[in-house]
Amino acid sequence: MIEVVRPGPLATVQDLGRPGHAHLGVPCSGAADGRAFRLANRLVGNPESAAGVEFTVGGGALRFRRPAWVAVTGAPLPVRIDGRACGMNAPCRVSVGGLLELGHPQFGLRSYLAVRGGITVDEVLGSRATDLLSGLGPAPLAEGDRLPVGPTAGLEDILVDAAPVVPLPEVPILRITPGPRDDWFTGEALTSLTSATFEVSPESNRVGVRLTGPRLERAREGELSSEGMVTGALQVPPSGLPIIVLADHPTTGGYPVVAVLASADVPMAAQLRPGQRIRFRA
Amino acid sequence: MKVRRAGDTALLVETADLATAHRLHAAIRAAAPRGVIDVVPGERTVLVVADARQCDLGRLAAWLPTLPLPERPDDGMAPVEIPVVYDGEDLDEVAGLTGLSRTEVVQRHTAASYTVAYLGFSPGFGYLTGLDPALHVSRRESPRTAVPAGSVAIAGPYAAVYPSRSPGGWRLLGRSRLPLWDVTRDPPSLLQPGAHVRFVADEEAR
Repeated sequence: MIEVVRPGPLATVQDLGRPGHAHLGVPCSGAADGRAFRLANRLVGNPESAAGVEFTVGGGALRFRRPAWVAVTGAPLPVRIDGRACGMNAPCRVSVGGLLELGHPQFGLRSYLAVRGGITVDEVLGSRATDLLSGLGPAPLAEGDRLPVGPTAGLEDILVDAAPVVPLPEVPILRITPGPRDDWFTGEALTSLTSATFEVSPESNRVGVRLTGPRLERAREGELSSEGMVTGALQVPPSGLPIIVLADHPTTGGYPVVAVLASADVPMAAQLRPGQRIRFRA
Repeated sequence: MKVRRAGDTALLVETADLATAHRLHAAIRAAAPRGVIDVVPGERTVLVVADARQCDLGRLAAWLPTLPLPERPDDGMAPVEIPVVYDGEDLDEVAGLTGLSRTEVVQRHTAASYTVAYLGFSPGFGYLTGLDPALHVSRRESPRTAVPAGSVAIAGPYAAVYPSRSPGGWRLLGRSRLPLWDVTRDPPSLLQPGAHVRFVADEEAR
């Protein structure tokens, strides 16, 4: 069992989410940076689908009532166990009563904690993920919360001492595929999408990354009828300022999607901080 | 039927109308192609999300338009009857906006037969088409921060029931005691895309 001493600005339980229910209006949810999340699980010998904790701008502290192997991945930040510095992207041992403390990341936004055995809060629709849009899954972590940890018998051995990780570039370039509704926009808008620099707005969250920059003008009047949306879609509301939709995005939307991020670049989008600049490349 | 790419994991199929979208949705679900994770109908589209490691999107795009569609999309789906206590906060306002009496608003709302066009906004929230055109009213200028679960509402050409408590800008006609969303039920949503719905005045609950 793990006790939340302090959650930091926002900490939620996450796993790989609830795919397969989108036609019922259920967002996929799950870890926003799925790549970092899966790595954390692999480092401690868990299946990639085991639940862990997603920390937003770090700052959390957890007390372990039983010894455990843990790994922290994602946005790089100082990790201390009982005051002693530990590496990121590496399995670390916490002893009985041990205190794990996270500092704040200089780059990136979301860091992940995996615990060998996984966090075993109750499942909702086959997942333990906190969906902040729908309110499905456990509430965001609060001081004093107790998180159960699953059994470790039968798990893979811990084989790796540390995993090499590519750092996030200062001005990330996110790859996109135009469409499905690129024909709703002027040629100029499509050119500025791949030539201009956009800035991440502070209004961003697990639902979407809001951007400021050149307004993408529409080539036609009227409203699009609502249609299904994928994670990584660049949805353009009437303001003309695109939103990259993330894990907790609504399943259908009525704003045209000008382009969709390469699925391999969605994790990078999930690490964008307010004020950070980005570019897109088709 | 036009198939558009939606990134490297999904296809957006455009259909002629809502009924075709529902028939295609039903056909894809019945065929259950390997690697397909989500099938999401919209008003005139079906989004097909796949795991690109298990399923070639190009082949899927070529296969989708060849899929034979069922005659009716709602085979085996029972019509849903939703009992409503018509005492909504906006009933007078809707009467004023439409030039109808409260009784006429209720009569028109219960006389129509609805189809679940698609779900979205929140889990189990179905956008129902079939609303009497006389009842097409705009959303409230300022949305409520909390609409109770079970609220029966209209906005634009749609009717809906709020499955859970949430913010909302639709105009409230009444409330239903029927649970629309229950995570312990399979499926958790009472409303499925393509299902037929009727509203009936709930006299007992008054």
